[in-house]
Amino acid sequence: MDMKEIDGLRDDLVAQIADADLAVLEELRVRALGKKGAITQAMKGLGGADPEARKSLGQALNQAKGDISDAIDLRRTVLEDAGLEEQLAEEKIDVTLPARGASQGRLHPITQTLDECIAIFGEMGFTVAEGPDIEDDFHNFTALNIPAEHPARQMHDTFYLPANENGERPVLRTHTSPVQIRTMENSQPPIRVIAPGRTYRCDSDATHTPMFHQIEALVVDETTHLGHLKGCIIDFVRAFFDIPDLGVRFRPSYFPFTEPSMEVDIACDRSGGAMVIGQGNDWLEIMGSGMVHRNVLSAGGIDPDRYQGFAFGMGIDRIAMLKYGIPDLRTFFEADLRWLRHYGFVPLDVPSMVRGLSS
Amino acid sequence: MKFTLGWLKDHLQTDAPLDEIVTKLTAIGLEVDSVEDRGAALVAFTVAEVLTAEQHPDADRLRVCKVKSADGEHQVVCGAPNARAGMKGVFAPVGAYVPGIDVKLKKAKIRGVESHGMLCSEREMGMSDEHDGIIELPSEAEIGMPFAEFAGLNDPVIDIELTPNRPDCTGVRGIARDLAAAGLGTLKRFAAGEPVAGTYDSPVTWDIAADGNASSFVVGRHFKDITNGPSPKWLADRLTAIGLRPISALVDITNYVTMDLGRPLHVFDAGKLEGGTLTMRRAVAGETLAALDGRDYKLDETMSVIGDAGQALAIGGIMGGEDTGCQPETTDVFLEVALFGPVAVATTGRKLNLISDARYRFERGIDPQSALWGAEVAARLITEICGGEVSSTVCAGALPPAREPIRLRGSRVASLGGIEVELEQQKDILTNLGFEVTSDAGDITAVPPGWRMDIEGEADLVEEVVRIHGLEKVAPVSLPRTTSLSQTAITLGQKRAGLVKRALAVNGLNEAVTWSFGSAVLADLFGGVTKDLRLENPISADLDVMRPSILPGLLTAAARNIDRGQTDPAIFELGPQYRDATNGGQQLVAAGVRLGRMELPHWSQGPRNVDAIDAKGDAMVALAAAGAPIDNLQTTADAPSWYHPGRSGTLRLGSNILASFGELHPKILRQLDIRPPAVAFEVFIENVPQPRAKKGKGGGATRRMLHLAALQPVNRDFAFVVKRDVAAATVLRAAASSLKGGGKAEISDVRLFDIYEGKGIGEDQKSLAISVVLQPGKETLTDKDLEALSAQIVDAVTKATGGTLRA
Repeated sequence: MDMKEIDGLRDDLVAQIADADLAVLEELRVRALGKKGAITQAMKGLGGADPEARKSLGQALNQAKGDISDAIDLRRTVLEDAGLEEQLAEEKIDVTLPARGASQGRLHPITQTLDECIAIFGEMGFTVAEGPDIEDDFHNFTALNIPAEHPARQMHDTFYLPANENGERPVLRTHTSPVQIRTMENSQPPIRVIAPGRTYRCDSDATHTPMFHQIEALVVDETTHLGHLKGCIIDFVRAFFDIPDLGVRFRPSYFPFTEPSMEVDIACDRSGGAMVIGQGNDWLEIMGSGMVHRNVLSAGGIDPDRYQGFAFGMGIDRIAMLKYGIPDLRTFFEADLRWLRHYGFVPLDVPSMVRGLSS
Repeated sequence: MKFTLGWLKDHLQTDAPLDEIVTKLTAIGLEVDSVEDRGAALVAFTVAEVLTAEQHPDADRLRVCKVKSADGEHQVVCGAPNARAGMKGVFAPVGAYVPGIDVKLKKAKIRGVESHGMLCSEREMGMSDEHDGIIELPSEAEIGMPFAEFAGLNDPVIDIELTPNRPDCTGVRGIARDLAAAGLGTLKRFAAGEPVAGTYDSPVTWDIAADGNASSFVVGRHFKDITNGPSPKWLADRLTAIGLRPISALVDITNYVTMDLGRPLHVFDAGKLEGGTLTMRRAVAGETLAALDGRDYKLDETMSVIGDAGQALAIGGIMGGEDTGCQPETTDVFLEVALFGPVAVATTGRKLNLISDARYRFERGIDPQSALWGAEVAARLITEICGGEVSSTVCAGALPPAREPIRLRGSRVASLGGIEVELEQQKDILTNLGFEVTSDAGDITAVPPGWRMDIEGEADLVEEVVRIHGLEKVAPVSLPRTTSLSQTAITLGQKRAGLVKRALAVNGLNEAVTWSFGSAVLADLFGGVTKDLRLENPISADLDVMRPSILPGLLTAAARNIDRGQTDPAIFELGPQYRDATNGGQQLVAAGVRLGRMELPHWSQGPRNVDAIDAKGDAMVALAAAGAPIDNLQTTADAPSWYHPGRSGTLRLGSNILASFGELHPKILRQLDIRPPAVAFEVFIENVPQPRAKKGKGGGATRRMLHLAALQPVNRDFAFVVKRDVAAATVLRAAASSLKGGGKAEISDVRLFDIYEGKGIGEDQKSLAISVVLQPGKETLTDKDLEALSAQIVDAVTKATGGTLRA
């Protein structure tokens, strides 16, 4: 083969390669570069040529071999890409198909609201205390300065259980306040606790359910006064409702277990039909509060001449209704899935002051 | 407690407008519930005269009237039978809003005759249901006068919600005193209580029996030759304004003094008394009394009555009897002004289920001195209104001793009330509230007035000072931090409960909150309750016992959801259940139910019903969240009776039961009217062991050092044919523990991937296929190693199960 033939062979093969499919491409590779291929054979035949010609022909053959090999690789890549594209096109699916996602449940608003309360009061140094739902008369009434014939006891609509061997009738606690007594019995000041839980009153109508939830706060130390009570409550309601300038009003009132006693109102506006918290000239009562009565401190085993403090309590369900605009208390206990999905909370939304409360 | 602004001003000299009074009342703890300006709705109505009333040309029942009002004459077509010339009535002009029929008047043509306005009936005015004719006013009514003014309706009615600690404010005068102390005016002199001389000796006297009855002191006066007619207008208007119906002068006077001064009175018809002595005594068991409310009361020996020689005439401090009540023809009466103990009155009233204005006041505690001045006030009113003569006073018993003084340290208002108030100002406030105040060395000594039975100690005085000085003036102070950073606020148990809730919700269950009580019938299906958990006064028959399990409530709720079209409910609750009524009898449980389908039909796979293993999964999710050692749990087939005996189990650590799960027993589902499938779980999160206290640096948070294996793990699958009743756990446990430690490899995972029964397998047998992951130790495993290890696994499993390796 002379130089011209080599060039011709190369040009011919390269041209064929450019149009070849994968099968033809392999055939052309064998024909040119296989053991018996034209280029391979020609290289083998160089041994007979004179050294000068061998050198130049050898170079030309190497060049041609390289060119053909490159052309084959290039063509193969092109063909493979095209094949892949075709395959991918065939593999197409309907991406609008509904996903397999597992359904996630919702947390009850009471759980979320309680966790919000804990997040806020936790920042103020409160810990969470608990007590039993079935209480004795002493912890639910007597220790809280509500003697047997006190008119206040009649306001409570108490559920009773049969008398025990001591002749005492246990009650379903009418408020979370007995936990105050249990806390004082089991610890010494300084005390800062909140006590959430189920409470029960023999009452059922549009705005009352026989079971509801309260949260109680108790602070006892040597210096806490009424100003602290106001500060603590204002800090709480403003954080809870996420309204930094929420109006708060304290009204003198009466509870047997506190002296002085106050009811707490937050500002709202009812003029538009729906109630809006935070603005307006109207007030909405949300909790009872006061300085712990010395009889209550004594009942809890704490020296009332040395220690003092405040307590307040409110309905968890009630503040949940107000914050989240849930109209009817009774629906809290119906376990209606439509309601739970609508008013419930995603479980990974854990309230925290630094990460944010719920909204 | 209702009163009118005008009534308040009988006692309070003030120029303060209504708004300011209302705001101040609430600010000092007398919360205003409502203010009703009855005159506001009637502003368009005036007194008018009917000049002529002629028959309507086209209607028998209508008359065409010419009406004279302040602004001239109007033609009005009127249908009232009593419309006639010369009468005075109430006229509403065109444009007026008529509240009783909710209409704004327009010029109208009635049967062809023009009508400009309306002559109104009481119903049309929204005053009553009276609609037999138009209102007729006396002839002296002045034409053009606003009707509200004429009718005494222009005096706003204030209603306050009284807390039980304020007996003094059960009378208008007490409210006036509080307002005066708070700077809203001056309390007027109490002239009504000045002595009224009697002209003769009372023929009736008092006796208080020494039988422990509720009365400690009583005053009486006799009246003769009186006329018990209707009350004067001012008195009737006052009572009407606060919702009391005027009855007769004597009855109205007692009601008035009750409301005005918080002093209940009673007047007996003296002509009906037997003998000359009225006795305060205990009732005789079985004694009855027909009371003034028209009901008969059966009394017992714990109750106090007022009796004459014959019988009980009144229930002490609560209500008088009908037989000796005053009638219009009554001429001689005997007045009772008594003191009764609050507890006795409250107890009797509650037993008899009898509420009265007298009880309301006596059970809050009445000013003892009122027994004395009450008799004078009544004597003055009765003789003024009813004429006649009044006897001198008779009494029995003794007034209680004077109140003990209470010390108020000068610094105490600041240290408890959080506000500095000048000592002089503190003294003024207490003095204005009726305390007898002295001071020495910067401290105050105060004797509470008789009308403030609620004042017991220093804190009460602080409250009085702060309340009157202004609660709004106490500056809020944020709680000082006791640590620089926030501390953990919840216990481990509380943290676990929270995590369990959130984990179950993530696992697809919705959180419910259901009643802690339920029906005894359902409770019996779930273990039942002992007698001590049966409520004595349930709110309804199906909420009569404390629940022994959360499941009946959840199942009922789930069924209700299905009834509402919410298929396949999956709900849980974390809450209490009760073993007994002791403090330790309450148990915190996370329970859940799933009904219907676990997987809904989906384009990728068919639907699947819930099964016991789904419930097991829920239980394990809850237990994992609670920190239970999941890998060490044993599952045994011994769940409680409310589960399907063959499709339920218990998750336990030895004898410590952490959870039950399974299909519910078909009998229970039938009872609850629930169609299967239904599964449930109950997780006893308090039984989850406490973590062992960790030692070491980093607060015990340090984890064990992790050594990552350098060599590739190897998978080997095996299938074993075992008897059908061999538990899968036996196979898995045998495989997992088949290799001794320190060998060439460890087993890092065993997974059951297939269960087969049927062709190719013996009738009572099954094939369990497991996949075992072998983690080589120091060297790569050779084929020979693998063979040896596999043989060990097969040996262990066949030995444990009596099964064979499937060929």
